[in-house]
Amino acid sequence: MEQQELIPHLFRTEYRKITAVLCKLFGIAHIEVAEDIAGETFLSALETWPYRGIPENPTAWLYSVAKNKAKNHINRSHIFAEKIVKEVQSATPLSEEIVIDLSEKNITDSQLQMLFAICHPAISAEAQIGLALRILCGFGIDEIANALLTNKETISKRLLRAKEKLRQEKVKIEYPGPAEINDRIEPVLTTLYLLFNEGYYSESNDTVLREDLCLEAMRLTHLLIENELTNQPKVNALLSLMCFQSSRFAARKNENGDIILYEDQNESLWNRDLIDRGVYFLNLSAKGTEISKYHLEASIAWWHTIKEDTNEKWESILQLFNHLLQIEYSPVAALNRTYALSKAIGKEAAIAEAEKLQLEHNHFYFTLLGELYKDIDNHKAKQYLQKALSMAKTQTDKQIIKKKIEALINYH
Amino acid sequence: MKDYLLIYRMDYSAIPQGTAEQMEAMTKRWMDWIAGIAAKGRLTDRGNRLAATGKVIKGNNVVTNGPFTEIKESIGGYSMVNADSYDDAVELAKECPILAVGGNVEVREISLL
Amino acid sequence: MNEYILIFRHEDGNKVASPEQIQTWMKQTMDWIGGIAAQNKFVQGNGLPFDDAKVVRHNNIVTNGPFGEIKETIGGYIIVKADNIDEAVNFAKGSPVLQGEGNTVEVRKVITGGSAKLNDRN
Repeated sequence: MEQQELIPHLFRTEYRKITAVLCKLFGIAHIEVAEDIAGETFLSALETWPYRGIPENPTAWLYSVAKNKAKNHINRSHIFAEKIVKEVQSATPLSEEIVIDLSEKNITDSQLQMLFAICHPAISAEAQIGLALRILCGFGIDEIANALLTNKETISKRLLRAKEKLRQEKVKIEYPGPAEINDRIEPVLTTLYLLFNEGYYSESNDTVLREDLCLEAMRLTHLLIENELTNQPKVNALLSLMCFQSSRFAARKNENGDIILYEDQNESLWNRDLIDRGVYFLNLSAKGTEISKYHLEASIAWWHTIKEDTNEKWESILQLFNHLLQIEYSPVAALNRTYALSKAIGKEAAIAEAEKLQLEHNHFYFTLLGELYKDIDNHKAKQYLQKALSMAKTQTDKQIIKKKIEALINYH
Repeated sequence: MKDYLLIYRMDYSAIPQGTAEQMEAMTKRWMDWIAGIAAKGRLTDRGNRLAATGKVIKGNNVVTNGPFTEIKESIGGYSMVNADSYDDAVELAKECPILAVGGNVEVREISLL
Repeated sequence: MNEYILIFRHEDGNKVASPEQIQTWMKQTMDWIGGIAAQNKFVQGNGLPFDDAKVVRHNNIVTNGPFGEIKETIGGYIIVKADNIDEAVNFAKGSPVLQGEGNTVEVRKVITGGSAKLNDRN
């Protein structure tokens, strides 16, 4: 790898590891010190490597520089030394010198423990996603802003507030006890789920960045699976869902970045490896008795890996949505359930159910009604689609609805 | 461990209208009983009381006002407990204060819908 | 928004249904509940199998079902959100339980939050 590619690449993979290990060592109150030291380490690489050449083992070089910088910081800053080193040393009384452990095991543990710390209930969901992207995925502020479709200032402020909150709440960087793990893992899974969805459904034009977001969410979920304590059936179900969804990544946008609807997608572009991995984790998720929303969503996603429309497929999807809605209502699930009902039982029954949904503020609701009325009352269908078009906010949504209106007109 | 529903039934019309103190004492016994189950880690859902009157829907959509206060055993409320077996759940139910005022507790295993 | 419990009362809990009938009934029930849940009006629900059910009575006498002095047996319940009892009754009208002759659905307002006073007649 060329030098100009190597440093950004290492930044993406190593910055987060160094930050997590140092933050775990110093405590959440000093999260910025950890970030600064990790940042300075890469600055050193940028300053040194062009003149002295790339070291034989670049990662080892980075780790040793990070260790030295951390030790220097501790020696330099009296206050820091007073407050922190005492705590750190009292925890390891036998060692004269502080050990900065960048072993693979400690890196993984630190990252997972940071994941639990960041997904603290006191932090808002959007701030959790921002922090996870920054601290656990090594994304730059501008990348986060681009991915979340906002500006750098907003993200910077959001991260500052979130870090302040972590300090106030004195959040500990540790694994939850076995008794709490079930409660504590829920917000972690929610954040990973949202992180994945940010990538999958983002309006951002940067395809690589969007895919990166999905891959990072999958990487962190996989870390949970590799750890005995957190390898729960619902975590496997979540990873399964992510595999099935991302298997369609290449098929769901054309070269202009326009979205291609499921029914129009080229199946040969679906990633079979990811589908197989999804099946693998779905099977693992079947252990135990709990059926989480991730189990249900993964099963729905599995049925969507079969393109052919059969009654069995739609009847199964309908029942899965029936179950999902009982666990957790969402307008999207309500609309999809009604669509599945139309496929399984018929449009008339679905229209009757759709009209009870009370989602008049949601343009997808009118898109659905437009779909359902197609071939039954095309005039009404067109009216609903036009209503949906007038309410849609994003270019992608508008494009999809326009296509549906065109199809309706051409059809006659 | 399985979940069991405890359905509290009694004759509403026969409830003695005691003094405020007596009512308070009854409430306390009830709360103590529920708290005792919770303290053992056996309470799945403390459940709810039901309003005394309601409606009944029969076939052909015939709706009548609930005659529940007239029949001797009307459902007054329910809770959910977890237990190893029916017998185990029955043992919990035997302590229910409703039994002292002529009511009964139906114990039913839960199956997820 | 209030909560109402919809109690399924079967006239004859001993009636044996064929596996096909049970399957059809289950599907209809799930579609019915799914429709309520899609309106964000579903709170919770459970089936109550008849087998081995018990009643604990005064003086700790334990009897096996059937239950109580009324002959109907409770087969399950769901709790729904509704503005008033009429809306809850409308949900109940869609229940597949009512296809069985003599079966009924009892609709009762749930008293949420307060302490469990037995003599409250709200």
